Amino acid sequence: MQTAAKTEPARPLSASDVARKHRIEHLGRATVEEMSRALDTMGGAPEAVNLRGPETGLVMIRGRMGGTGSLFNLGEATVTRATIRLANGAVGHGQRLGGDKAAARLAAILDAMGETSAHRKAVETFCSEVATRLEAEDAKLAAETAATRVDFFTMVRGDD
Amino acid sequence: MYVAVKGGEAAISNAHRLLADRRRGDRSLPALSIDQIVAQLALGVDRIMAEASLYDRTLAALAMRQARGDMIEAIFILRAYRTTLPRFGYSRAVDTGAMLVERRISATYKDLPGGQLLGPTFDYTHRLLDPSLLGDHEVAEGIQREPDTEPVMRVSDILAGESLIEMEEPDETDTVPGDITREPLEFPLGRDERLQALARGDEGFLLALAYSTQRGYARTHPFAGEIRIGQVEVEIDIPELGFAVSLGRVQVTECQMVNQFKGSAKQPPQFTRGYGLVFGQSERKAMAMSLVDRALRASEFGEDIIAPAQDEEFVISHSDNVQATGFVEHLKLPHYVDFQAELDLVRRMRREYDAAQEIVEEMKEAAE
Repeated sequence: MQTAAKTEPARPLSASDVARKHRIEHLGRATVEEMSRALDTMGGAPEAVNLRGPETGLVMIRGRMGGTGSLFNLGEATVTRATIRLANGAVGHGQRLGGDKAAARLAAILDAMGETSAHRKAVETFCSEVATRLEAEDAKLAAETAATRVDFFTMVRGDD
Repeated sequence: MYVAVKGGEAAISNAHRLLADRRRGDRSLPALSIDQIVAQLALGVDRIMAEASLYDRTLAALAMRQARGDMIEAIFILRAYRTTLPRFGYSRAVDTGAMLVERRISATYKDLPGGQLLGPTFDYTHRLLDPSLLGDHEVAEGIQREPDTEPVMRVSDILAGESLIEMEEPDETDTVPGDITREPLEFPLGRDERLQALARGDEGFLLALAYSTQRGYARTHPFAGEIRIGQVEVEIDIPELGFAVSLGRVQVTECQMVNQFKGSAKQPPQFTRGYGLVFGQSERKAMAMSLVDRALRASEFGEDIIAPAQDEEFVISHSDNVQATGFVEHLKLPHYVDFQAELDLVRRMRREYDAAQEIVEEMKEAAE
């Protein structure tokens, strides 16, 4: 994580970068229960060495003046991250908002497993299940909000 | 002058124990859970997050419970906690244009792309106490309706299309903004530092200042161009991976205030802007922030600084309720020695006064 204010992507993302990005993001939104269940179906959580964390710290969230202008610092959020290495050498990153260290570590393990050919498919399937849940939550919120949309109608003034 | 005095340990320890007892209250009632506070006192939790300048609903709810519902105490506790954590980095700017909108209203356009979405608002309620909430009645879920696919366009973009409003564009180099949590305040501030201070400023103080601008103390002729509440992605660059990933979403409230015109020989007249962005669902605070932001831009627009809300040093130095409560409440700490010195002084002054009075009396008698 760096402190540069630059917001342009450093380089174009490869297909495998995009896949990894989505995997880390979906694992970052998965619950501990979801991840534990998924790991059970993959033969349990493998042994993993902590390379960094799990640790909780702060990220300063930035906004833009007027929504589109120059940057300013809005305020901080708690973030928990973990980096682990599996026995086969695969390294995984997990991170999420909040202070849940167990969740960050499980996400890192699943990310590393997603780097191995043995588990890639199973981790992908799990991530798409998480994505389906998140989309359903968003759709519900959007539908509830849509029901509060104002339908204006014009009152016709009588002639008398 | 400070003199070390010992004593009071037992009293302090017993007072803390009594505080814990009173906080728990009647043991025949179930204890409040943190989940209940997050779910059912959500706007109070949001205020603690906003003014502590730390987005974490669980910790904010914990602070609220620990503080027995005293908001400023809770904000203080959460602010203190954040100083114990390392800073991992800075996020990319949140994109409020891409927000998952939960509420969006405009007071300037009736029909606009995306529509007027009321969301879970107190507006249009009758502000009558609801006796049904004395009990625990079944509550129906929200109605759902197929959402429109049209994007919820920013009102400022509609006005910008005709270039009738000042543009807000990133400066060319996307300069690293000032961070008031890292560098001491030095006046005059940049708008970046002011917005950071206002985003964590006390809601009541900002509300009063915003109100003062409406009552004529630095009038800015505001319209609520747009208020939107919803969730935005927090993205951060991961150097190990070489790309940015989303850490998840936070809820924010944004207010775009549209204010009266400014033009110059070089620039045609156009609306000016005030901006509010606050953690959580916090509409009153976001509106107040945008009014105060605009008032504080007075010198930028060559306006006379005649009112408190335009005085940057006054506003920003007094907007932080943790600082304010610290200095006001320190008065209750022992000042025994200071006070003894003052007491001696006033006694001496009194003796001198009495002596002078006696001389006057004697002179009067002698004259008679």
